[in-house]
Amino acid sequence: MTSQTQPDDKSADSTRATEMLSGAAMVIRALADEGVEYLYGYPGGAVLHIYDALFQQNKVKHVLVRHEQAATHMADAYARASGKAGVVLVTSGPGATNAVTGIATAYMDSIPMVVLTGQVMSHLIGGDAFQETDMLGISRPICKHNMSVRRPEDIPYLIKKAFHIAQTGRPGPVVLDIPKDMTMPNQTFAYHYPAEISLRSYQPKQQGHSGQIKKAVTALLAAKKPILYAGGGVIMGGASNELTELAKLLNLPVTNTLMGLGAYPADDKQFVGMLGMHGSYEANQTMHHADVILAVGARFDDRVTNNTKKFCPDATIIHIDIDPASISKTINTHIPIVGLVQPVLTDMLALLKQKKKKLDSAALELWWQQIEQWRTVHGGRYDTTAALLKPQYVIEQVSKITKGEAYVCSDVGQHQMFAAQYYKFNKPNRWINSGGLGTMGFGLPAAMGVKLNYPDADVVCVTGEGSIQMNIQELSTCKQYGLGVKIINLNNGYLGMVKQWQDMNYESRYASSYMDSLPDFVKLAEAYGHVGIRVTTPEELQPALERAFALKDRLVFLDIHIDPKEHVYPMQVPGGAMNDMFLSKTERT
Amino acid sequence: MRHIISVLLENESGALARLVGLFAQRGYNIDSLNVAATEDPTLSRLTLVTHGNDQVIEQISKQLHKLIEVVKVSDISEAAHIERELMLVKVKASGNQREEVKRCADIFRGQIIDVTPATYTIQLVGTSDKLDAFIQALGTTPIMEVVRSGASGIARGEKTLAL
Repeated sequence: MTSQTQPDDKSADSTRATEMLSGAAMVIRALADEGVEYLYGYPGGAVLHIYDALFQQNKVKHVLVRHEQAATHMADAYARASGKAGVVLVTSGPGATNAVTGIATAYMDSIPMVVLTGQVMSHLIGGDAFQETDMLGISRPICKHNMSVRRPEDIPYLIKKAFHIAQTGRPGPVVLDIPKDMTMPNQTFAYHYPAEISLRSYQPKQQGHSGQIKKAVTALLAAKKPILYAGGGVIMGGASNELTELAKLLNLPVTNTLMGLGAYPADDKQFVGMLGMHGSYEANQTMHHADVILAVGARFDDRVTNNTKKFCPDATIIHIDIDPASISKTINTHIPIVGLVQPVLTDMLALLKQKKKKLDSAALELWWQQIEQWRTVHGGRYDTTAALLKPQYVIEQVSKITKGEAYVCSDVGQHQMFAAQYYKFNKPNRWINSGGLGTMGFGLPAAMGVKLNYPDADVVCVTGEGSIQMNIQELSTCKQYGLGVKIINLNNGYLGMVKQWQDMNYESRYASSYMDSLPDFVKLAEAYGHVGIRVTTPEELQPALERAFALKDRLVFLDIHIDPKEHVYPMQVPGGAMNDMFLSKTERT
Repeated sequence: MRHIISVLLENESGALARLVGLFAQRGYNIDSLNVAATEDPTLSRLTLVTHGNDQVIEQISKQLHKLIEVVKVSDISEAAHIERELMLVKVKASGNQREEVKRCADIFRGQIIDVTPATYTIQLVGTSDKLDAFIQALGTTPIMEVVRSGASGIARGEKTLAL
C-alpha cells in the first residue's frame, strides 16, 4: 500500500495548500468542519486510531458514557432540543450492537443523528473476526441510511453525506461503518470537506404544491367544526410560530400529539391537550366530531387513531407531511400536501391573509361552546385529597416551579404519560421522550445530552424506578461532566404501565411487574457523588423541589414515593373510536 | 392484483439488500425479482413483480422512493407495456416423447438449446403467463429442472424510465 497520495491538479492550483490527513484525523476534522461540538461515545479496538486523532485536537469534545446506548440517547436528545444532528462514535461488535436501541429510538421519532461505528479491518470482514458484527445488516431496518467506508480518501465526503441525509427531508439516523484500516495513522490523504452535496437519487421536496395548498385553504375556510392536529414534524420542522399564527388567525382548536407537545403553547385557551390513547377527553372528542382535520407533521399513529375503521367518521382530512409514505398510510387523506411544514404553513398563511375570509363565525362559536362543555367532563382530574402522593400532583408542581420552561426528558411508562398530560409545555423542543419506540432507559441519558448543551437551563428527567435502572450507570457520567440534571423518580414499586394493563385486562395478576429489592436510590445517588432526597408525603414535596432546583450545578435524585394504585386516565377503549375512553377505574364514555 | 414495478437504483453495494429488506420488513410480497446494471454502469435496473391491493401497491411505491439509492420507481403495469421472462426447462425426452416435446416447443416458439440422447433443454421467452402455459402443455413429459428469470418489462411507446 502507498503511504501517501499526491494532491490532484485542482487542489494544487488552489491558493490553499492541501492538507494531508490520515483517515482517523479526517473523521475528526470533518466533524469539526461540520460544526460538531460534542461527540458521544466509547472507545474500543476498531476505533482506537480515531480516538487518538480526537486526543490530538481540541475542537471536538468527547463525552465518555458508561454504556453505548447512553451515547446514542445523548446525541438524540441534543438533536431533539437543537434541531441539529447529534453524533456518536462506538467501536465494532458489542459497541455497535449496544448502540442499536438508540438508533432505533431515533429512527422511530425521525431524529437526525450520525452514528460512526468501528469495524474490523476490511480484509477480515466476513471472516468472523474478533468483535466483528455486520453492522450494516443489523442497522439497515432501523436507520434512514447506512454506508461503509471503502477508501480512506472518501471519508470527508461520506461524513458530509451522512449529515446531509440525516438532517434533510424526513430526518433520521445515519450509520457510517468505518473499517479500522481506513483510519491508519501512517497513511495520509488530501483532505477536502465539501460545503454541500447533492445526490441525484435523493432530492427531498421543500415547498408544497400550490394547487393543493389552495384546496386545503378552501376546505379549511368551509369548516364548521375544524381542528388542528400537530405532531413532531412541527417541532423538528421549526414551524411552531407559523402553526400558532395559523391557529390564532382562524381561531382553531389545537391538539398536539405526544411528539408534538410544545408545538402549540399548552397555556393557551385554544389548546385542548394531547390526543390519543391517553389524550384529554376534550381533545379526543374534538377530533372525533370534527368536520375538517388539519394534520401537520403528524402520522396518524395507532396510539392516536385507536380503531382506524371508526376514526373521525365526518372529517375531511388535510395532511401536511414531508414524507409521502406517511400520507394515507393508515388513514385515507383527502387533501395531501407533501413538503416541509414550515414553508407550507407560511404559504397557507399568505393565502389566508390575502383572502381575508374567515370561517363561519356562528358555526365556530357553537363548536367552541361544545368544546368548552367537553372540557368540564374530565379536565385531568385526580384525587387531590389523598394521603399518598399522586404522580399527577408531582408533575404539576414540577411544572410550576420550572414555569413550564424546563427541558423535560422522560423515560417510558405511566410517568411519561403523567408528564405529557400535566406538564405545561409552552415552547417547542422542551419535551424530549421516546414516543415511537417507547425505549425505557431513554430519560437519563437524554437529560444528560440536553444539560451538557444547555448548561444554564433547568433539565428534568421524569422517570420511574423501572426505567431509571435501565441506564442508571450514567450517574457516573453525570459526575464526570458535572451534569446537574434533576431526576424526578416516580417510585411506585411497580412497572406501572404494565401493572395498569394487568389491572384492566388480566384481573390484576401482576406477572413480573413488581420490583422487589429496589436499591436505596438516595444512598445510590450519594455513592455516585450526587445529592439524593427521598419524598414520601405530599407535604415534603414542595420543599424538596425547591431545594433540588436551588442546587443549580448538582445532580439531584428525587426518589418520590407515589400511590402505587394510580392509573393513567383518560385511556381509549381498545378497538373503539377516538372518543371511546375509560375516564377512571369506574367510568367510561 | 399483480403489478410489475421497475426501479432504477444506484449500482452500489448494499442497495439491493436494502430494497429486498424493505419488502421483508413491511410484509410486502415479492413474486419475482431481477436486477442487472444498465448501459450506464452506475445504475441498476430492477424489475419486481408483486401483488396487493391499491393501498399496498401505493405504499410499496412510496417506500421504495424513500430508499436513498432509489433514483426512480414506476409501476409499468399501470400503462401499456411489454413483459418478458426467460425460462430454461430440462425435460426427459426419449422415444416418441422426443417428437412430442419438440412440437410443443415449436408451438410456443421455444428453442431446444441443448440435447442429449435422453433429454432436451428448452429455452422459452414470453410473458409469465405464457411460460406457465408451456409447463402445463408439457403434460406428462417428466420435467427435470426449471429455471425462470422473473419478469422484466418496459413501457410501450416513447415513455422511458431513465435519468
